[in-house]
Amino acid sequence: MKIRLLAGLLALGMAAAGCGGATVESSPSASAGAPQGGSSSSAGTVKIAINPWVGYEASANVVAYLLKNELGYTVELPEIKEQLAWEGFENGSVDVIIENWGHPDLKKTFIEEKKVAVEAGSTGNKGVIGWYIPKWMADKYPDITDSKNLNKYADLFKTSESGDKGQLLFGDPSYVSNEDALIKNLKLNFKVVVGGSEAALIKGAQQAQEQQKALLFYFWDPHWLFNKTQLVRVNLPAYTEGCDADPKKVACDYPEMDLDKIVSKKFADTGGKAYELVKNFNWTNDDQNAVANDMTNNGMTGEQAAKKWVEANTAKWQAWIPK
Amino acid sequence: MSSTTAVGAPSRLRLPRWAAPAGVAALIVVAYLVFRGTGTLPHDKEAPQFLAVTELREWIDEHRNESPLFLYFLNYIRLFVGSLYDLFSGALTALGWPGLTGVLGGLAWLAGGWRIALLAVAGVSAFGVLGLWQSSVETLALVAVAVLLSLAIGVPIGVWAGRSARVRRAVTPVLDVMQIMPTFAYLAPLALFFHIGAPAGAIATMIYAIPPAIRITALAVSEVSPTAVEASGSLGATGRQTLFKVVLPLARPTIALAVNQTIMMALSMVVIANLIAAPGLGGDIIRGLSRAQVGIMLPAGVAVVVMAIVLDRMTTALARRGPHARPRRLDLAAAGALAAAGLALIPVLPRAWPEGWTLNVTAEINAVVRWAETSWYPVTTFVKDQTSVLLLNPLESLLTSAPWWLVALTVLAVAWRVSGPRAALTALGCLLAIALLGTWEHAMQTMTTVALAVLITLMIGLLLGVAAARSPRYSAVQRPLLDAAQTMPAFVYLLPALALFETTRFTAIFASIIYAVPPVVRLVEDGIKAVPAEVVEAAVSAGSTPGQLLWKVQLPMARRAILLAANQGIVMTLAMVVVGGLVGAGALGYDVVVGFSQRTDFGLGFVAGVATVLLGVMLDRITQGADRRPSPHRRKST
Amino acid sequence: MGDSPDSAAISVRGLWKIFGSRARKVLDSEDRHLEPAALREKTGCTAAVRDVSFEVRPGEVFVVMGLSGSGKSTLVRCLTRLIEPTAGTITIGGEDVGRASPARLREIRRHQVSMVFQHFGLLPHRKVVDNVAYGLEIQGTPKADRHARAGEILSLVGLDGYADAYPDQLSGGMQQRVGLARALAVDPQVMLFDEPFSALDPLIRRDMQAEVVRLHREVGKTMVFITHDLSEALKLGERIAIMRAGSIVQLGTAEELVGAPADDYVADFVRDVPRSHVLTLRWIMRSPEPGEALDGPELPATTLVKDAIGVASASARPIRVVDGGELAGVVDRVDLLTFLSGQDTPAKAGA
Repeated sequence: MKIRLLAGLLALGMAAAGCGGATVESSPSASAGAPQGGSSSSAGTVKIAINPWVGYEASANVVAYLLKNELGYTVELPEIKEQLAWEGFENGSVDVIIENWGHPDLKKTFIEEKKVAVEAGSTGNKGVIGWYIPKWMADKYPDITDSKNLNKYADLFKTSESGDKGQLLFGDPSYVSNEDALIKNLKLNFKVVVGGSEAALIKGAQQAQEQQKALLFYFWDPHWLFNKTQLVRVNLPAYTEGCDADPKKVACDYPEMDLDKIVSKKFADTGGKAYELVKNFNWTNDDQNAVANDMTNNGMTGEQAAKKWVEANTAKWQAWIPK
Repeated sequence: MSSTTAVGAPSRLRLPRWAAPAGVAALIVVAYLVFRGTGTLPHDKEAPQFLAVTELREWIDEHRNESPLFLYFLNYIRLFVGSLYDLFSGALTALGWPGLTGVLGGLAWLAGGWRIALLAVAGVSAFGVLGLWQSSVETLALVAVAVLLSLAIGVPIGVWAGRSARVRRAVTPVLDVMQIMPTFAYLAPLALFFHIGAPAGAIATMIYAIPPAIRITALAVSEVSPTAVEASGSLGATGRQTLFKVVLPLARPTIALAVNQTIMMALSMVVIANLIAAPGLGGDIIRGLSRAQVGIMLPAGVAVVVMAIVLDRMTTALARRGPHARPRRLDLAAAGALAAAGLALIPVLPRAWPEGWTLNVTAEINAVVRWAETSWYPVTTFVKDQTSVLLLNPLESLLTSAPWWLVALTVLAVAWRVSGPRAALTALGCLLAIALLGTWEHAMQTMTTVALAVLITLMIGLLLGVAAARSPRYSAVQRPLLDAAQTMPAFVYLLPALALFETTRFTAIFASIIYAVPPVVRLVEDGIKAVPAEVVEAAVSAGSTPGQLLWKVQLPMARRAILLAANQGIVMTLAMVVVGGLVGAGALGYDVVVGFSQRTDFGLGFVAGVATVLLGVMLDRITQGADRRPSPHRRKST
Repeated sequence: MGDSPDSAAISVRGLWKIFGSRARKVLDSEDRHLEPAALREKTGCTAAVRDVSFEVRPGEVFVVMGLSGSGKSTLVRCLTRLIEPTAGTITIGGEDVGRASPARLREIRRHQVSMVFQHFGLLPHRKVVDNVAYGLEIQGTPKADRHARAGEILSLVGLDGYADAYPDQLSGGMQQRVGLARALAVDPQVMLFDEPFSALDPLIRRDMQAEVVRLHREVGKTMVFITHDLSEALKLGERIAIMRAGSIVQLGTAEELVGAPADDYVADFVRDVPRSHVLTLRWIMRSPEPGEALDGPELPATTLVKDAIGVASASARPIRVVDGGELAGVVDRVDLLTFLSGQDTPAKAGA
């Protein structure tokens, strides 16, 4: 009985997959973007992956708010980290990555080779990753902002977690990172200590500036924190085109990036107005920081913060809505 | 053999019993001092072992839609499980909250009467009130699929193993290893074969939850009255008739227990399965984790615990029912009415939980946590830093700076002494494999964390266990707490740890201690209580003080139970320390997390997962033998 | 013992059961003659049944008696191959059980031989009536028919009104009545009893023994009854086989066992039996001495000794013991008193 049932289901699957065996795309839940057979009033479902930093969430929430309230879509915001989200294009669990930080390797794999994703234009945000210290340290030790001198001050950065080396505080394990290679190649007497989240970085930075504690940490712009706490970037050897080509040999700073949007091929083909909106979405670092700040410091949920921004910036988003 | 031959040549100088171990220990210390810093195996993120696995993954990724193995086998499994998940989540979503509440309430009424039904209705409503309706439904669907598959595969295997000693012998070691395997270790291979998402998550959960399904079913079947089976055979029943008319009905209550355990295991895995993008409450927990907001995590944690309690009580009630209890007509009617009411309300009420009925306490919880953090900051930081500086760091540098061969020899010697040659060789094999995999340094770091956590766990466990064994009143207070603690999914323990200590190694230690203490306490208490009353009476009537009674009679006689507690403590601690990779415990657990976060580190994570399994088997073998080996006085008499 | 194998209900020839992986090898070697302990030491095998042969006549109650570990339970299970014998032939109703195919064997179990177990083996999740009807159910009998039959059998064993109860609501004795009813329900020719009453209280045991005697009288089945209780064996058995270490050490009527134990083991066994209740005058009569008065009361040789006491006390003259109308011997008061007083010493009468 059971075997027959199983065989039946397999046969069904086989038929669904067009007899050529099952591919990853022939996932049952791959209903991306396409309107779902009229039964509900929703125009369709859009899945925007949520990457773990608040700036990203700000963008995602504004787009989600507009999709819901202006175009009548259902929006899911699954918590999926950067690289897994790219894989999600393949099996239909993700339609949109709303803020992509570079990732040329992933673009090559998923856009050029697998052809499951396409670029959907810039978000308008300029992004740059770097190493930062609280301002008081730069004031007190003027030469500390040059990475060549970091070893001199390594003792200052020692913690119980980093042992006899200086600590370089890192964020979520999924973030874009050259830290290990940089420490190795610049021969720094530092150890990467993973705080595990953006929140750990923010908290560390705020405490360091307020209580005059030493801290070297990984951070990025755009971020609302720069409007609240004075931070100074440590200068790594300047970025030159291609200096980060081999991830093992990186010995230079991060480049400034045009953050962009990536969507699944399927969504681009069948997403209709939702795709148009995502494609048109474009705003400034200040816009994002405002929303992110509301979400983090003013106790608003993503939806509330998005609503506030949308109500205040009608002209901007009107331009994104497809005609 | 007689004991006289064991004495050997009496003329030779006889060393005290502790001399040999002490000598070996001294030798090891000297060797460490001499060879320290040489023969270490520092961690290299780019080790060829890792790169090879990463490349393999790239290759698989490219050929996922070409290789016949995937096209005609693995992808179909994925598709099948995926359809099953869609079916369940679709059905549960279609039921909406009125339907689901009614149907689950009705089922609960059937299982255990109105009390359980009330609990179920309250529980389901709690999902909505917490504002987690959608995630809860997804988790419920995932658990349902995983448990269904576990039972569909596990129960037949269990029945087979219960009826054939040979199958049982073949299955047992596999299950042993599966049960020591930390949850994290499953994820990477599954992502490799089944991609990410709900199907992979369901399969991971299924694999994690299947051992109790097999084990308890086998136990249930082997415990079925042999006379009943024989009587059936003597009347000319076929094997099939006996199986379905005698064995399975008689084993039903125990199999219900297997279902219960399977559900509990599944619930503790669904959260971790979120690392490979499985939907559900895990997402909320991980979101909280990555925002460092206990306020987001706590409601999700509570929802999982509520789900665990509801499902636990339902299945326990089912297991407790007598062999021929049938629901009374009244119960049937009530259950039917409840379900029908729920279903009837579907068109009337909205499917999604009304937003006005939710209670958003995120901000409040965050405020409380922030208050706790700031007001206890000096204490928690002191504890955390002192532990790290005084205990963790020295021990860690000891293990990582010692030559690998010295560590291997020490493990061999300790395991041999405690558990005998076979266990020692297994342990050594595991350790060497860890070295060959290129995960030596991180394994040593993880071992340090585990060692410290186990030490503290055992100290607390012994203390509480002894206290409970000696005071019935205290035991009565403690027991329900232990019961509750053991129904809770593992990661729930991360929350208070995280609230108090932020993300550091100590957080993982703290979480694993509160995770592992309850079973240790229970084993110790039971072990001491199992000392025969006559022996205790004899000791008391000889005039022993309570202290003498404890040290000279109860603890020595509870030796086996205490060693078993140590073994359990180690296995559980390891599992938790590895999950602690999510909250700042570095080393192997973190490698696994990174493996999922960065494509280029997939190999690292995969190999680290394998290494945790090896580490688990090694620690288990070192201590498990202690439990099996006869105690010294018995060895003499045989 | 003069019956030919054809007329026997059950015939067992050269039956062996050796447990262990090298059972066949042991059987073919001289090791099979070793003592059980020595055999286990040497080969790791256990010989539970060693070269057992016997026949059971149709309608007879045949008792196999022995202490625990003597192999009697294994023996009875070998009869319908619940335990597969290592060697030997078993015929039931003229059919060679050893050669029966699995399907045929099931047929034999379904229709010809049924069994009652020490621990009842009832199904707690089924009502009494469904327990009794179980044998019919697996044969495929329709529900109404099998329930009707089960009802009849239940009243036969005195369980009227308990059809809808569950086994765990009944006392031990009643549960075993259900077991008995289950075995009877399929209307077998042979019933096997594996120590059916040893788990019961003594008083209930006595009732159940009487029940078996009554049932045997009413339904006239051939019965093989396993017990470790000598008094039960003597009460029920027409013939009794005493087993020790897997072999039958003596097979005979109760009188033969008590009157003429084959060896010290059997003698030791029957020592406490009140011999006057088992032995007949045949065992104590002697030839009349010259001049002895031969006009005393006359009793047949099959009279139990205890029944002769009353007669002897009523008459001073020796009792004349007759067998087939002819004088076989005499017994006087002194003989009786000597016999009765010597009861506690091992009887060597036949030796």
